[in-house]
Amino acid sequence: MFGKLGLSAIPYHDPIVMGAVGGSILLAVVILALITYYRKWTILWKEWLTSVDHKRIGIMYIILALVMMLRGLSDAVMIRSQQALAAGMSHGFLPPDHFNQVFSAHGTIMIIFVAMPFMVGLMNIVIPLQIGARDVAFPFLNSVSLWLTTAAALLVMVSLGVGEFSKAGWSGYAPLTELKYSPGTGVDYWIWAFQIAGVGSLMTSINFLVTILKMRAPGMTLMRMPIFVWTVLCTAVLMVLSFPVLTAALAMLTLDRYLGMHFFTNALGGNMMMYTNLFWIWGHPEVYIVVLPAFGIFSEVVATFSGKPLFGYTSMVLATMAIMVLSFSVWLHHFFTMGASPNVNIFFGITTMIIAVPTGVKIFNWLFTMYRGRIRFTTPMFWTLGFIMTFTTGGMTGVLLASPPADFVLHNSLFLIAHFHTMLITGSLFGYLAGYAYWFPKSIGFTLNEKWGKRTFWSWLIGFCLAFIPLYVLGLMGMPRRMVHYDNLAWQPYLIIAAGGLALILIGVLCQTIQLVVSIKERHTARDLTGDPWDGRTLEWTTASPPAVYNFATTPEVHGIDAFTDMKEKGITYLKPDRYHDIHMPKNTAAGFVNGILSFIFGFAMVWYIWWLAAISALGMLVSVIIRSADDDTEYTVPAAEVERIENLHYRELATAAAMSRPTGE
Amino acid sequence: MITDTSTFNAVSSGEFEHPDTIENQAFGFWIYIMSDLVLFATIFATYAVLGHNYAGGPTGKDLFHLPYTFGETMLLLFSSATYGLSMLAMNKNRKDLVLRWLFVTFLLGLGFLAMEINEFHHMILDGNGPERSAFLSAFFTLVGTHGSHVAFGLIWMSVMMGQIIAKGLSAPVQSRLIRLSIFWHFLDVVWVGVFTIVYLMGVM
Repeated sequence: MFGKLGLSAIPYHDPIVMGAVGGSILLAVVILALITYYRKWTILWKEWLTSVDHKRIGIMYIILALVMMLRGLSDAVMIRSQQALAAGMSHGFLPPDHFNQVFSAHGTIMIIFVAMPFMVGLMNIVIPLQIGARDVAFPFLNSVSLWLTTAAALLVMVSLGVGEFSKAGWSGYAPLTELKYSPGTGVDYWIWAFQIAGVGSLMTSINFLVTILKMRAPGMTLMRMPIFVWTVLCTAVLMVLSFPVLTAALAMLTLDRYLGMHFFTNALGGNMMMYTNLFWIWGHPEVYIVVLPAFGIFSEVVATFSGKPLFGYTSMVLATMAIMVLSFSVWLHHFFTMGASPNVNIFFGITTMIIAVPTGVKIFNWLFTMYRGRIRFTTPMFWTLGFIMTFTTGGMTGVLLASPPADFVLHNSLFLIAHFHTMLITGSLFGYLAGYAYWFPKSIGFTLNEKWGKRTFWSWLIGFCLAFIPLYVLGLMGMPRRMVHYDNLAWQPYLIIAAGGLALILIGVLCQTIQLVVSIKERHTARDLTGDPWDGRTLEWTTASPPAVYNFATTPEVHGIDAFTDMKEKGITYLKPDRYHDIHMPKNTAAGFVNGILSFIFGFAMVWYIWWLAAISALGMLVSVIIRSADDDTEYTVPAAEVERIENLHYRELATAAAMSRPTGE
Repeated sequence: MITDTSTFNAVSSGEFEHPDTIENQAFGFWIYIMSDLVLFATIFATYAVLGHNYAGGPTGKDLFHLPYTFGETMLLLFSSATYGLSMLAMNKNRKDLVLRWLFVTFLLGLGFLAMEINEFHHMILDGNGPERSAFLSAFFTLVGTHGSHVAFGLIWMSVMMGQIIAKGLSAPVQSRLIRLSIFWHFLDVVWVGVFTIVYLMGVM
């Protein structure tokens, strides 16, 4: 009746886990209680959970990312503390079984449930505004994507208290992930969380590809798009082409585990190296997927806060496209040591070195943009400067690893861990945090406290250096990754410093939280009246903060790169149109949220072999799609008079702001 | 071609379907099809790698009956032709003919699926199921993935027949028929790949 599920699935004997579960449940109860106390359920349902508005969906994605980051960082704390303690005679506090789940969850959560949602959230908020569109191409699909991703994250969270998580790392290599070596529920949780999130991501990529190619404002040719739009376009292409490979690889592993097939097993002809190849054919483009939009954000930030157009627009576009194409040619560098012939390793070593070149082009373009600019040292600019210095250095360690002989020594050592964390943290995460600071006023309506923003930055930057420079050294000293215990006492001091670095990073997270609290308290004085707090260059800054539901009352006409700066120079900003028109917008719908819930139930049922429940929830998803398609009443009209009222409100705010001093962005 | 007179007629009947929307929906669907192609390519690649790992079990030569596969192929290919006839009828706004040709397509597709399920059934009964060897795992998965796509297409087709009866050839309905058309022809193309690489090359 309940498949493999029973009361024994709850890990009563493990105090750490039960503590974490208890804490999570308590937090959830507190949040639900607060919503009830402040009577926000109706608004929550009508305006957020059922929303198909890209601006709201984007905010919800970012909330998901930040919440999951807390979970991912908790895993990091466990890893660092365990490794700082478990030297020689001491065995730390985590049994190996548990430690393996922790690092597997850490990787899975950080990549799939922090980096991806954060990036997709920023894409959602910004892209339609930057291209002068009213929404994305497929607003309902957008909602489905959000709730699928959330359902998958929930599966990972539930695995903490019901059953166990995978112990096979975030990459899930066969044959360890086969039923014979991982008979529990862990790998299944991992598979279904990945698979469901993957479907959500694929839908997002199709959405943004069509949006960018088909819904740009008149006059915005491809070569007049903001660079962030270019990077998102290339990212979407990468996602469309790479996620199906992951879907197929995970599906085959699922078939091995559920139906006894032999794709990647040891016996009866399976080939485990095939899994590794397929995983990384997705896996390498994936890391470029999470970094390219961050590069795009840096381009926007650097141009705005240097007060100059971005240097080398064309070469920036070409470099982005080069990275997009080349990212499919390097995947084997993740397993040089698996035993391919020298010729194969040489090919991928060379392509890996080549792919560093277009990124170098970008770095130079950012530097040349700053040269002779009038730099404003705002929080987003700080993130950018921190990124340029640390990412470049970390990137060079990548070129070092690209050499197969060097990689034979350093593969799966802490040197590798330090390298990719440098890329992901100082590249992707700093980019998203810069984007968060940069676009927060646009999205929410008031600017963030700069003082706490800078404290956040310095804590993260110095904390990151303290946490990961020792790991580079340890890697060169020979320490492998994922060690629950070690006998070489010489390693311990470095691991203790690394733990200290993480503590400083946590202070950074605290500073970010304080920033939010303080900014909310001060929101009335920090209100963004003009919609353009930074003296921006692109179209999103022409709208109110937050923008009206329809974004633009009249579709803007674009005449060059940096469309808003173009308008400012010609003195044609904030022009009032002769008349307003009715605007048709998509209606909110519960279908996306319902689908998400059903997908969570489906995943959970598949993990626990509750076949009847899996069948019903799958059928439910199909039925909800059919019902949705039969619905012809999916739009509503914002009457011209209402549009005029909303726009006049904004014109009054602009007048108020003009009467005060012109905002300088400091 | 896609946004021709019949869909504009539907727009004037009071639908809010912008002509752009239909084009965007078709374009988005093409991109989804490209991603599906990558999915199939991955399974094809896996079949190529594992296709000779018989583990002492049967090979393609032992298992495949080309005349039978030819029969399946004819059913599927003709179903594509009849779907094309359905779309021609849609462009002429002939709701009755659209339904008729959709129904014929459905039957042909169902026939294909029945033959395939029958083939699988007998292989499994003989002990040559997907758990026998890596070759058979790859075979069942590649052919089976195509088959599940066909099954899904048939479900979609039945829903469409229902929608045509209930709402007529409105703009949203026509847009969905266009997308189903892309899907159905795509399945045909993949099948050509399947019977070439799996069946024809399997018995050589």
